[in-house]
Amino acid sequence: MRSDKIFNADNDNQLTFEQAQAIIDKKKSLVLVGNPNVGKSLFFNFLSGMYVDVSNFPGTTVSISKANYKKYDLYDTPGIYGVSSFNEEEEVARDIILSGDIIINVVNSLHLERDLFLTLQLIDMGKKIAVLLNFSDEVTKRKIKINDEKLSEMLGVPVIKTSAADEIGFDRLDEAIENAKIGNQKLELQFLIQQVMDKGVSQPESLLILEGDEIVAKRNNVPCGTPDEREKIYITRRNLVNEIVDTVEHEDSKKGEFFNLLGKLSLNPKTGIPVLAIILTIVYFFIGDVISQRVVDYTENTLGINTFEYYTKSFVSEYTATSIDVEILDDEDNVINQKSFSFPEGIKALPLSGKEFKDFSSQPGATSTFHFENKIVRLFFGEFGVVTMTITYLLFLLMPLVIGFYFVMALLEDSGYLPRLATMLDRSLNKIGLNGKAVIPIMLGFGCVTMANITTRILGSNREKTIVTAILQFAIPCSAQLSVIAVLLTGAGIGPMAIYATVIFTVLIGLSTLLDKLIPGESSPLLIDLPVMQVPKLKNVLKKTIFRTSGFMKEAGVWFFVGALAVGFLEITGILYVFQDVLAPLTTKWLLLPKEAANAFVMGMVRRDFGAAGLFSMTLSTMQITVAIITITLFVPCIASFVVMLKERGWKEGLTIWFGTWFTAFLVGGIVAQIII
Amino acid sequence: MNNGTLDKAKKGSPVTILSLPEGEIKVRLIRLGISEGDTVFCLERLPGGTIIIQKNRQEIAIGFDLANKIKVILQ
Ligand SMILES: Nc1nc2c(ncn2[C@@H]2O[C@H](COP(=O)(O)OP(=O)(O)O)[C@@H](O)[C@H]2O)c(=O)[nH]1
Ligand SMILES: [Mg+2]
Repeated sequence: MRSDKIFNADNDNQLTFEQAQAIIDKKKSLVLVGNPNVGKSLFFNFLSGMYVDVSNFPGTTVSISKANYKKYDLYDTPGIYGVSSFNEEEEVARDIILSGDIIINVVNSLHLERDLFLTLQLIDMGKKIAVLLNFSDEVTKRKIKINDEKLSEMLGVPVIKTSAADEIGFDRLDEAIENAKIGNQKLELQFLIQQVMDKGVSQPESLLILEGDEIVAKRNNVPCGTPDEREKIYITRRNLVNEIVDTVEHEDSKKGEFFNLLGKLSLNPKTGIPVLAIILTIVYFFIGDVISQRVVDYTENTLGINTFEYYTKSFVSEYTATSIDVEILDDEDNVINQKSFSFPEGIKALPLSGKEFKDFSSQPGATSTFHFENKIVRLFFGEFGVVTMTITYLLFLLMPLVIGFYFVMALLEDSGYLPRLATMLDRSLNKIGLNGKAVIPIMLGFGCVTMANITTRILGSNREKTIVTAILQFAIPCSAQLSVIAVLLTGAGIGPMAIYATVIFTVLIGLSTLLDKLIPGESSPLLIDLPVMQVPKLKNVLKKTIFRTSGFMKEAGVWFFVGALAVGFLEITGILYVFQDVLAPLTTKWLLLPKEAANAFVMGMVRRDFGAAGLFSMTLSTMQITVAIITITLFVPCIASFVVMLKERGWKEGLTIWFGTWFTAFLVGGIVAQIII
Repeated sequence: MNNGTLDKAKKGSPVTILSLPEGEIKVRLIRLGISEGDTVFCLERLPGGTIIIQKNRQEIAIGFDLANKIKVILQ
């Protein structure tokens, strides 16, 4: 019945269900492959009309994007320099390439020697490919001449010149895809490949096995090639690439054009540190002042607390027992008027005083505090309510900060500065068992530790991931916490500020040096290519920011709710207060702080800024403030970063780090207290 | 002309690669366009021995720990 209606109503241009199914099944796959930063994602965006991460730093396209393009399934893959199984990204890319019907190989025309290596490997795999000589705009600018016809002839596959940035050559994409071919293969290699193929292995896999890919060998149950064999293949291929490049490329004016002063300046510490200082100052004004003061002040208070929470809580109060305190504040935050309302059966039951409450609380400067009687209602809508507080926190406090940080990172990334910064800091980071790349997650940690925990994925080895994850949880205050700490510290003066910075920095160095000694193995050395410095394209930077922010929200958002639920549960059951009592002796005798300071620590488990903000309401000496914020900074990360850390690093390591922060926070906080108070 | 390791390369001078460390790292280097017998240009030598080399238009940063395992002819 159903198929009649859908498929046979208009017989001339509708397919039968079976026909449609057959076409879907036969859909061919089109795979974009290339080194990092060659423009794959831009082509993917163009062909699919969808947005994926456009990135300049190796290792950021972790997941695979898939879309429809005409009769094809189109895939974007992580950037790779060759097909093999050295890391997760390569494995993912390898499998998509193996299953792909047509490969679109995107090449950076400025770096033919590097990029054609992969092209030749794809040809050796016997895949149907088409080559896009991208960055042709830059090639023209630098007066380089590339003979695409000759290249096409030498490779035996279609080659077209493109510029993903200026949309050059896009009209010829379809033609190139349709004409994609298996390229010219070297006879000697073909002979070797045939020997593996005789064991019943496909050609592409045979090549990978010869090149020593153990995973593919195991999958096919055949012995794996030796490192010597791989090297022989690689060197032959490298020589062929050099020969091809010599033939097809001519440069009229060598050097000069690509000499990039700023790029050079940012590499050497002597000039690079001033450059970094200038950049950090600008970033500080943008994030510290514009975003975290002005923007967040508006979003958190006006949109979050006074609009979203107020209306949500008022609505809930209609139906449930509640008492409400309303305070009217003037511009200097002095209370100029206040009133309390009580609705034992909800506002609905008392329409008259309900109206009075609404009028009174909608005056300018009004803040309403709702006290719900019912514990479950409190759990969801109370001061720390899973719905009310978490939404305000996530959308109106954290999101503007996360957007700000991703925006800055995207600017630095697309300009080509970030890999240079990593290079400049490499030697210093070596001392604590890391390489230069580690600066990226650490910088992001000052925005949001949860976000930084996810970014540790770009690091080369588990050892580095562990060290950086630990540093992030112990010693890096996130922006939410930092803004509260900054207010407390500026009140306290220069001395406390210096003590705070020294102690936290010492812990950071001590911790990472210790981990570097304790964790067996070696960290990976720095080996990165430095892309040309250029002015970033705003459109790409914005797109990247949006894409990453939504990725972060999807990945981490839910854990903020789970965390709030867990603490809410501890609160209703009273376990939270037990915690506070248990901590009390430690707080008063060892940290020399008032008993209520323990509340600040416990709340810090939910939201790190809560911990710090709790200190405002206490009367503390400046030295007590110093001890308290040192302890809170070193203390556990917020619940969301805790969960994300467990997911990234596993239970054992995650819990060790978590308990480690308890220990360190109280140990160090206490020692400082004994000295300065 | 004398033999040494890449971390000793002088800024602004060409170096010829004699041998690369074995294993995965060698493969990664060859892919980036650095193989035995190549002559590359030392663009910068940062304090501590991080080396930036240039081959054609490609700039590559190599950490000290790797650079001191790459045997080269210094010029
Ligand atoms: N000038 C120029 N820049 C390009 C071109 N194609 C890509 N880019 C830039 O190169 C960077 C990397 O591009 P992306 O698509 O992320 O490369 P992917 O890593 O291969 O996915 C981005 O900053 C792009 O704007 C091009 O043809 N010309
Ligand atoms: Mg990409």
